[in-house]
Amino acid sequence: MADLTPEQVKHHVKIYVMVFVALAFLTIVTVAISYLDLGVKASVALALFVASIKGSLVACYFMHLIDEKITIYWTLLVTAAMFMVLLFVPLSAMLAHTKI
Amino acid sequence: MDIPYTVKDRPDTGLYNGKLGIWLFLASEVMLFGGLFSAYIFLRTGVDTWPIGADILNVPLATLNTLFLITSSVTMVMSWASLKLKDLAKFKLYAGLTLLLACGFLIVKYFEYTHKFHVGLFPSTNTFLGIYFTMTGLHVLHIIGGIIVIFYFWMPGSKMWKSDPERFTNRIEIVGLYWHFVDLVWIFLFPVLYLL
Amino acid sequence: MSTDHHRESFLTKYIFSTDHKIIGLQYGITSLVWLLFGFTLMMIMRYQLAYPESPIPFVGALLGEGGILPSEVYNSLGAMHGTIMIFLGVVPLAFGAFGNYFLPLQIGTIDMAFPKLNAASYWIYFLGSVVMVIGFFVPGGAANSGWTSYPPLADIATMGQTVWLFGMVFLITSSLLGSVNILVTVIQLRAEGMTWMKLPIFTWTQFITAFLLLLAFPPLEAAGILQLMDRLVGTSFFMPSGLVVSGEILKYTGGGSPLLWQHLFWFLAHPEVYVLILPAFGIVTEIVANNTRKPIWGYKSMVYAMVFLGFMSFIVWAHHMYLTGMGTTIGAFFQTTTMIISIPSVVILTTLFLSLWGGSIRFNTPMLFALGFIPMFGIGGLTGLPLGLAAADIHLHDTYYVIGHFHYVVAPGTIFALFAGIYYWFPKMTGKRTNETLGKLHFFFSFIFMNGVFMPMFVQGLAGVSRRLWDGGEIYAHAADVLYLNEVMSVSAWLLGLTQIFFIVNMIISLRGKKTGEVNPWGATTIEWTDTTSPPLAHGNFEIVPSVYRGPYEYNVPGADKDFTPQSEKG
Repeated sequence: MADLTPEQVKHHVKIYVMVFVALAFLTIVTVAISYLDLGVKASVALALFVASIKGSLVACYFMHLIDEKITIYWTLLVTAAMFMVLLFVPLSAMLAHTKI
Repeated sequence: MDIPYTVKDRPDTGLYNGKLGIWLFLASEVMLFGGLFSAYIFLRTGVDTWPIGADILNVPLATLNTLFLITSSVTMVMSWASLKLKDLAKFKLYAGLTLLLACGFLIVKYFEYTHKFHVGLFPSTNTFLGIYFTMTGLHVLHIIGGIIVIFYFWMPGSKMWKSDPERFTNRIEIVGLYWHFVDLVWIFLFPVLYLL
Repeated sequence: MSTDHHRESFLTKYIFSTDHKIIGLQYGITSLVWLLFGFTLMMIMRYQLAYPESPIPFVGALLGEGGILPSEVYNSLGAMHGTIMIFLGVVPLAFGAFGNYFLPLQIGTIDMAFPKLNAASYWIYFLGSVVMVIGFFVPGGAANSGWTSYPPLADIATMGQTVWLFGMVFLITSSLLGSVNILVTVIQLRAEGMTWMKLPIFTWTQFITAFLLLLAFPPLEAAGILQLMDRLVGTSFFMPSGLVVSGEILKYTGGGSPLLWQHLFWFLAHPEVYVLILPAFGIVTEIVANNTRKPIWGYKSMVYAMVFLGFMSFIVWAHHMYLTGMGTTIGAFFQTTTMIISIPSVVILTTLFLSLWGGSIRFNTPMLFALGFIPMFGIGGLTGLPLGLAAADIHLHDTYYVIGHFHYVVAPGTIFALFAGIYYWFPKMTGKRTNETLGKLHFFFSFIFMNGVFMPMFVQGLAGVSRRLWDGGEIYAHAADVLYLNEVMSVSAWLLGLTQIFFIVNMIISLRGKKTGEVNPWGATTIEWTDTTSPPLAHGNFEIVPSVYRGPYEYNVPGADKDFTPQSEKG
């Protein structure tokens, strides 16, 4: 990141603008799909799916994740794994209620 | 002797110290908000009925806030790109816009909160409102923290541009990473609290 | 970050120093004071347990009518003893003090990656510890819902619990800043040639500990925020509907879950126990290699075992919650992961034990403490197995058996390792030597009395005596046969306390002793001993920044002229 030429920076700027448009569009999509009556599970899945796409765009392009090297990927991989474990907490509680 | 890799990248990791530091800090923040998301799921699945977010909360205002934050993310990364192009004036323009949009977010949130209190809806009213105020409240604290830091670099801190421009640019990159994360949290918070 | 010698005042040089060695010493001295304070709380409690109707000498009048501790005060002392020992004592000493002082030296760099952040993390810890202790002076006294702060009790407890929560926010913040610093320092600032598999085990343990702290503490911070909301704003995150206390229905809307707190709390608190033990493993390994004059047996096994341990530590937490009605499926899951996590612990202990085989063992004070650690941690670990098995845990949960188990790992376990580290690194920090006679007396009597305090706890626990009883089980018939052990444990505890005088006197007279001029009195291979002065330079650590050419424990290399070959010596 320290050695970008001005041309490369300008190229990045073009990408930032495109990502912004995509994010704005996806925000409208998020609100629009909330009006559809899909049932709880599908609504949750779809909302989180769209949010994940938006989040990935922010992470990959605004946070330059797509240019980063392995150290950051490892950090995020471990974090993601632990985050999944943390979400296991409420899931386990749900399972506990249904499986005694 | 100076501490190595404060500005230049270390060859095998491709990182300077501050960038690795902020990513690690953001990892801990993922776990912090993760703890609250986990609590939300736990509380919601533990009861038979849960209020419909859109009935109690103001979706149009929150949509506006979402657009504010997304735009502020763009202006933030543009401010960094401006420094890469050695344009301090553009940096100040974009950083200023970021601050404006962030303050806009706070103002909208202020109206949202005060309206709730006005009609007698408090965190203690029910668990949904409790988790709503707590999660958005913590998020607001993070926005305020970001505003303070960005303002510092916009004003007094910008004199580092003269003495050590590369280091200053790196600092803006680091602040930007934090700011994008705050935006990212809202990207998930908005649908979860308001729309589901 | 240049070290130009602008005029430094006393304040910036010693009090708000950004030098990692001074910060390490600050952490060390502060945490040792808190360890003594936390231990004193227990010595007071143990008087009541041994002699339930007698007034407590010296401080009794301050704490209760007629010198007897009322149950709320007993509970406060208990909750604060745990909190102080873990968060104000052991972790700041193991991670903040040893980590900050020695890690940069061991990896061959001049300071931590973020010196100012380092200073901030110490002062936030200091503030947090003061906040914690202020709890004793608020109406209702300090937190009294156990160090585990379970709601609903903690939600409705006296003001001291709010103070505890704010104290924890400070301490967690300090820990996070420290973790980021250690991680970036190890990843980015290793000397030339210091590859991952040439790192000393001490550095590895600090690295893994930092990861655990980074990712495990935030959920507790989240839980703390939720409990503060319950207490200050009246939310019901942890309050179930319709709770009745002392005949009155509480004014909470309900809908919350006390179990939620338990999950979030133990999500941290289980990795926390590995935070307590990993630095100890690291210190003991350094000392064992050095005093057997041979490399550690199974360096790679140890590293992989520790990394695996770190990961596994995140998925065993609910073994603290077997009795919450979680159902057999979830119970089976956590029981399985808990049994699996015992494997790396055994690998690590075995590598240490096997490292002794064929060694030329020197029985100096650090080595005695390190050798004492091994069987003591063994007992602690083995007694954990019945607790990890859900069926046995039904009988043992919340009894003195649990207290015996975890104290064995932390007290004659970790704390012995920390003493070993102090005696081992004392010459490097000060350029002086400790008194071996006093050190040996400190070790032998501590070893005896540690066992005197904690071994009887297994007996009491198996008899069914519950923990946290302010009268030590006096009113229960099932405790009658084992009640006499209370006096045994209390007397052992007080004698253990007196034994520490050997340590304190040793430190004082050794600090006032003469500098020996030796740079590497133990003949060690790791570079904190070889390329620095003793004590290391005020600025910059190394006269010439070393490069690393070989592994960390090259003792008795065939064909070498000395019985140790430093890491920085060219091949």
